[in-house]
Amino acid sequence: MLGWELPPYNSGGLGEACLGLARALSKNGVEVTFVLPQKVDLNYDFMRIVFADIGEDLKHLQNSYLSYRQWVESYGKDASSSPFDFISGALRYAENVSDIVKKYHSDIIHSHDWLTYPAAIAAKELSRKPMLAHIHSTEIDRTGGHYPNPIVYKIEKDGFENADKVLSVSKYTKNILIDDYAINPNKIDVIYNAIDKVSIGNLPPALTEMKNLGYKVVLFLGRITLMKGPEYFVRAAKRVLEFEKKTIFVVTGSGDMLERMITEATYSGILDKFIFTGFLRGEEKDRIMQAADLFVMPSVSEPFGIVPLEVISNRTPVILSRQCGVSEILNHVLKVDFWDIEEIANKIISVIRYRCLHDDLVNESGKELVNISWDKAAEKCIGIYNQFV
Amino acid sequence: MPSICLYFQVHQPLRVKRYRVFDVGINHKYFDDNSETNLNNKKVLQKVAEKSYLPTNKILLELLKKYPEFKISYSFSGVFLDQLKLYLPKVLRSFRKLIDTGRVEVLSETYYHSLAFFYSKKEFESQVELHKQAIKKIFGLSPKVFRNTELAYTNDLALWADKAGYKAILAEGWDQILGWRSPNFVYKPKGGKRIKLLLKNYKLSDDIAFRFSEKSWSQWPLTTDKFAAWVNAINGNGQVVNLFMDYETFGEHQWADNGIFEFLRDLPRAILNHPDNNFLTLSEAVKRYPAMDEIDVPGIVTWADTERDLSAWMGNAIQSSAIRFIYDLEKDVNKTQNKKIIEDWRRLQTSDHFYYMCTKWFSDGDVHKYFNPYESPYDAFISYMNAATDLKLRIEKKLKSKY
Repeated sequence: MLGWELPPYNSGGLGEACLGLARALSKNGVEVTFVLPQKVDLNYDFMRIVFADIGEDLKHLQNSYLSYRQWVESYGKDASSSPFDFISGALRYAENVSDIVKKYHSDIIHSHDWLTYPAAIAAKELSRKPMLAHIHSTEIDRTGGHYPNPIVYKIEKDGFENADKVLSVSKYTKNILIDDYAINPNKIDVIYNAIDKVSIGNLPPALTEMKNLGYKVVLFLGRITLMKGPEYFVRAAKRVLEFEKKTIFVVTGSGDMLERMITEATYSGILDKFIFTGFLRGEEKDRIMQAADLFVMPSVSEPFGIVPLEVISNRTPVILSRQCGVSEILNHVLKVDFWDIEEIANKIISVIRYRCLHDDLVNESGKELVNISWDKAAEKCIGIYNQFV
Repeated sequence: MPSICLYFQVHQPLRVKRYRVFDVGINHKYFDDNSETNLNNKKVLQKVAEKSYLPTNKILLELLKKYPEFKISYSFSGVFLDQLKLYLPKVLRSFRKLIDTGRVEVLSETYYHSLAFFYSKKEFESQVELHKQAIKKIFGLSPKVFRNTELAYTNDLALWADKAGYKAILAEGWDQILGWRSPNFVYKPKGGKRIKLLLKNYKLSDDIAFRFSEKSWSQWPLTTDKFAAWVNAINGNGQVVNLFMDYETFGEHQWADNGIFEFLRDLPRAILNHPDNNFLTLSEAVKRYPAMDEIDVPGIVTWADTERDLSAWMGNAIQSSAIRFIYDLEKDVNKTQNKKIIEDWRRLQTSDHFYYMCTKWFSDGDVHKYFNPYESPYDAFISYMNAATDLKLRIEKKLKSKY
């Protein structure tokens, strides 16, 4: 298995998804050798982890989820730091993978996202083993379709075309591969992501002072980037506050659009109703999810989106956009189009006003979560492996 | 000897349009969706009329002319008749033609197809009275048999109907109330004096209403001769076979392509082929046959789902809150004495609104999902509560200006 990151050294969902799938695969009898580009200190006993040593700073690697354009915008102007080039990183990964292919036997090459595709193609040529290209996020998603980097796009397309099978995290992403990459639909199988813990116990409460004063808490959680639709969240907040003044909007996460989000809230005159917590992980993240009365994910384009599943496991209701893959497997959530500010506000207000709606969403979505597991994903994945070995 | 009693329920609700919180206080029209979705009441009515009501009425009229022994019974909700008057008077005329044959009985129910009996006896009685007047005015008939919305039945309801002078009341022939007894006899409700109880034979009814097109069913395809043979088998150990179903079974739930109209057209012939069989209206059935035993139904039994209870309408928190909200307005609504406000309030009592909020099996894409014009039960709840909140504001405003 070729990956780019694993928790805790991860920037987003890719590392979590790789870990969840690899763990369930190994539990179900698959021997996994997981290759990472760079040496990090990891301790997972259920799989072998090897490093391709491409020689880059970890800090830089962790920004792989920015689009190439965003990345150049945020790093390129700074002359003092020599910007890490993901494209040459991905190619160096491909150069270095040959030693690993020779050293460790494998029956299947399973690679995750474009950064690993050149390495996977190289590994396939060397070993003559079947290759699967798993896609968690495309350049089209990351850029919202505006000026995708042509080299990244080409690497992605080469990966899909060279793969014996493409694994997509949703039908939503499958359609992007068909429409924007001209990949044969029959070659693409959907394997939905999952989470490990379906129910998280009660943690020490957060934001208690606010809540004691009668404020309702609406949460935005995720990387604050274009594809997550943060500006729609701010606009909906403004509309909600016209009707429900005792509402606080909590923003958890970091990203290149944070400043724009703050600016928009300031111009709208509602910055005093916002709390920015920065990036949270682990128990702190769960606590903020439990404290929230409602979680909103107005993503513009989201191949899957694991956060709603984590929120549900913390017993908080979810509003999410139809433009995310996870909405394909969730029925007991409220669905909106990301651009429909009025409808987002309408639904936020309804959950705030009607406790019964909050409660039924929590109860029913919780039941639904039980059927979404990494074991199921692994089972489907093994079925696909068996077509080739 | 079995007498076949065919009773068809004809109803279309006034679905609440997508009504947002921003409409509250501004827009007082809750039912006038004009989109291409199934929230557009006129559009749905037209579609169902074309697919079901008109072709079925035509066939039944032919059958009534062809077989002097053929008889049927209908129950029409008032909200359905209102919509026909407004949008499709020709469908109303075609129903009238059937009734003019004199061999079609019309039943009594709540005008607004509501579950008011369980929330306000007074409101329930008003709605039954309104319905009675409408049936008299439209068809010139005075119903003698009562059926409650969703066939929701208890001992208390039967006693009410007994006092009100009805000859019969209908209920589901549910095994748990029957025990070892068969639904194919006439019964009397526990504590009832004169009134009789007719129980739906749900096995035979559902063979037509639910299973007719189901290819995985071992008895598929269902022919009229096969069905008549099942009815004939009751000969000697039953007196009535009560086939109760939604009228939309014909052409809407079971599609024309699957042969449901041919089945209906040939059914009287196949049934009457056996000299001991006949057709009766519900009043005739209770007149002809004695009550064989007393049936005790202390809790509510309906014709829905495997549970046969009201959980499809009030089983979760959003449903019970919404239904509570609407009935809590009763006192103030009546104080306004405003016709439009009272009518809107009653239209919001129609049971379908709460059915759309049902979360049972929503994930499995079953019958609940099929009949739901909203994207989810939660969307149904949100539009409903916003509309009900607007109604509440109108009531408050009216009362303020009055006193």
